[in-house]
Amino acid sequence: MLSGWFIAIVATAYLGLLFAVARFGDARADAGKSIISANVYALSLAVYCTSWTFYGSVGRATSGGLSFLTIYLGPTLMLLCVGVIIKMIRISKAQRITSIADFIASRYGKSQLLAGMVTVIAVIGVVPYIALQLKAMAASVDVLLDHSGSSVEVWGLDSTFLMAVVLAFFSILFGTRHLDATERHEGMVAAVAFESVVKIVAFMAVGLFVTYGMYGGLGDLFLRAAESPELGRLLQLDSSRAGTWTALIVLSGLAIIFLPRQFQIIVVENVDESHLKRAVWLFPLYLLLINIFVLPLALGGLLHFGGQGVNPDTFVLTLPLARGAEALALLAFIGGLSAATGMVIVETIALSTMVCNDLVMPILLRSTGKFVEKRNDLSGLLIGIRRAAIALILLLGYIYFRAAGEAYALVGIGLISFAAVAQFAPAMFGGMYWKQGTRAGAVAGLLSGFVVWLYTLLLPSFAKSGWMPSGFVENGLFGIGWLKAQALFGLSGLDEISHCLWWSMLANIGAYVAVSLNSRPDAVEASQAERFVDVFRFDARNTEARLWRGKASPDALVQLLERFLGAARARQQLATYASSRRATDWRSLPADADFVQFAEAELAGAIGSASARVMVASVAQEEDLGLEEVLDILDEATQVRAHSRELEAKQQELEAATAELREANERLRELDRMKDDFISTVTHELRTPLTSIRALSEMLHEDPRLELAARTRFLSIIVNEAERLTRLINQILDMAKLESGRAEWTTGEVDLGEVARESMASVEQLFREKDVALSGDIPESGPVVLADRDRLTQVMINLLSNAVKFVPGGEGKVHVKLGTAAGLVRVEVRDNGPGLTAEESSVIFEKFRQGGNTMTDKPQGTGLGLPISRQIVEYFGGNLWVESAPGAGANFIFTVPLPAPEE
Amino acid sequence: MVKRANPTRQRLAALGLLGVPLLTYPLLSLPGGEVAGIPATYLYLFGIWAGLIALAAWVAERRGS
Repeated sequence: MLSGWFIAIVATAYLGLLFAVARFGDARADAGKSIISANVYALSLAVYCTSWTFYGSVGRATSGGLSFLTIYLGPTLMLLCVGVIIKMIRISKAQRITSIADFIASRYGKSQLLAGMVTVIAVIGVVPYIALQLKAMAASVDVLLDHSGSSVEVWGLDSTFLMAVVLAFFSILFGTRHLDATERHEGMVAAVAFESVVKIVAFMAVGLFVTYGMYGGLGDLFLRAAESPELGRLLQLDSSRAGTWTALIVLSGLAIIFLPRQFQIIVVENVDESHLKRAVWLFPLYLLLINIFVLPLALGGLLHFGGQGVNPDTFVLTLPLARGAEALALLAFIGGLSAATGMVIVETIALSTMVCNDLVMPILLRSTGKFVEKRNDLSGLLIGIRRAAIALILLLGYIYFRAAGEAYALVGIGLISFAAVAQFAPAMFGGMYWKQGTRAGAVAGLLSGFVVWLYTLLLPSFAKSGWMPSGFVENGLFGIGWLKAQALFGLSGLDEISHCLWWSMLANIGAYVAVSLNSRPDAVEASQAERFVDVFRFDARNTEARLWRGKASPDALVQLLERFLGAARARQQLATYASSRRATDWRSLPADADFVQFAEAELAGAIGSASARVMVASVAQEEDLGLEEVLDILDEATQVRAHSRELEAKQQELEAATAELREANERLRELDRMKDDFISTVTHELRTPLTSIRALSEMLHEDPRLELAARTRFLSIIVNEAERLTRLINQILDMAKLESGRAEWTTGEVDLGEVARESMASVEQLFREKDVALSGDIPESGPVVLADRDRLTQVMINLLSNAVKFVPGGEGKVHVKLGTAAGLVRVEVRDNGPGLTAEESSVIFEKFRQGGNTMTDKPQGTGLGLPISRQIVEYFGGNLWVESAPGAGANFIFTVPLPAPEE
Repeated sequence: MVKRANPTRQRLAALGLLGVPLLTYPLLSLPGGEVAGIPATYLYLFGIWAGLIALAAWVAERRGS
């Protein structure tokens, strides 16, 4: 049995748990052991799912079928544009952005006006949304108590008010811990992630219970629904509402990044850009899971309570209660509570920062300058303002909830809020991607978009609630027909949200672009545009220092910091800054541009960029650089960037060229070494015959009485050696000619068979002397090739004389075979000599390598025959190689291509 | 130094662009009737949605991306 007391205890216990989680998160953050992982970040994004999702989706599904899904499909698609979000995060970190108002103001020249405008739009658009959360909490308590039969007032005080007080307390405790609003609130994020888990578990539990406990599963539910024409309609999409479908996807896609609480969670609370990689799919998965049972719940509720007048927004609670599953209903209540509290906490924190920095501070600094000046330490005041803002926003929400009650203005507020924050889109996207967008353009765009939104959406919702006359909706303002609020210029046939989105975007984008193109930015705007649009390329080190010129007193700056940050924090930040500039003490630092930038950035984190700029300007005499000079500096920076890119390209080319040169040099050195080797080998080869000629000649010369026989023998050796010398020199010359390409060739038709036969005939004597058998297998009229006849004969004779040299006398056999195959003439000279090893088979084609053991045996050739032969054969497009194994003889083969057949 | 466009981001953005026509009209009016008792539109929407999420997870969590 659920009693008021019991519910109160459970709710209190749950909130206590929430405090504990947040406390734990903060304690871990203070200890430097952050618990914000990629998963926690992704889950905290689900603060998007408020009680409007938890209870309202089912309600929407009972009237619009599947169209509630658009609210979750838009965010899925938007998140996939990770590049946009990363750019937002990067800019915010670089510029110490504290809120979406600060983002827009900072981009357009740190304008206080813009910051204030965005804040006002956000507050007007979002406070009713907070009221909606309070209403949902109140309604859920009512449902539970109603069914338990004890509708007594338990607390003496209004329970919703109590709840709002607790939430304000929570937000103040965990949302205003640091003065620096750019610092993260890890405890708050942890609590929000925790709440995301609670609400999805609760919702899916109810979904499973209804689908599989009360009905026979999805198929059964859909089948029963299809039987009733009214419910059957919900199962099909209504293609006449195609425009609305797309408009809602666009709207929710914008809301996921521009709602103040979403900007807070996605951008300000982001610890690590890489967490987005997880969020990009985990958060959509969360959305998908929480939506699977929405339609089944809606159908189940309609089937079960058909005609009993139960509010569809409470089906999540009433369905389990109808079956007596009170524990489940309680779980659902906790889920709804977590959905509402998460939203309220983050939204109030985000809004309070905006209200404090962008509304209250500018007014304080301007109007009561003296009051502010008298106070030495303003940090306490700042925190106080934020806390008061949180309380005030919640109070506003509560008042709105009380005033609106069941009015239409509250029920429809979800999408109305979305449409309000969508007005930030042109200024935001334009600011990130279009340097020409100006402050005047942003102001004009925001203002026109906001006015259209007010006239076509918010005021009509007031009129529907009966708070103001509805004449402007039904008949048009002043009775002018084309000013009808929801059929502007006669544009009808759209639903109110699409109608507002279409007109407000037209006005907003149109004004933004038109005014931007017709206005000139001032110097600050121009430099901020560069810092935002080119955030990934902006060369802060070299450009920042040149964008600020003036005189500043370090004491005045430090004093400023101490007043706004508090003395302790200011000194801590100054010390960190000093060490980043490699100075031991900040007092030794000059008050240069860099110092001023640092001071302004620190202040921006605390009071927003617009106020920070005003404060720094009040103590530093900044020289106005003027637009022209700023543009020059920025152009120069761009050029330097382009130059450095060019330089880099040049350098790469140079490196490539150097590598090539080095390689060429290596090759040359190698060739040089080879030449040296060649010369020393040649000299050695020449000296051997010369030495023997000289020795024998000296003997003949010195001993005239030498016997005739010996004399004849000596002379014949001398003649042989001289011949060898001549041959060697001829071959060296021949080789040199071939290698340098200066050899003379006379190419003509050559009958290879004839060449082979003639060569065999000319070496016949040699074979006969050594008693070696020479046989041939040569066709009668051999194949004709295009070549130099004498050169081919040279190759043939070389191969034959090599063969006869190495075969043993008496039993040696040499066989010549000639055939054609595959367009080639193949000539083989096979012997039955000692054969060659694999290694020898390759080296014998190198210069001066001779067959046999050159260390012990007398050299039998010049060592140039085979290299020359190979050069000749290759010149005619053929090949020369040897197939051999030790002990199995050698088979020297060369090929010459046959001439291409004539067409 | 020359910044190359991040391929993972480009793949994800391409997925997003693919999702737009798949999840809006006129393609949305294609599925009709029902499959195994469940309306085809319901299956189509959740199927495409789950497919996009699965692809995004694959692209984002791949090693070396």
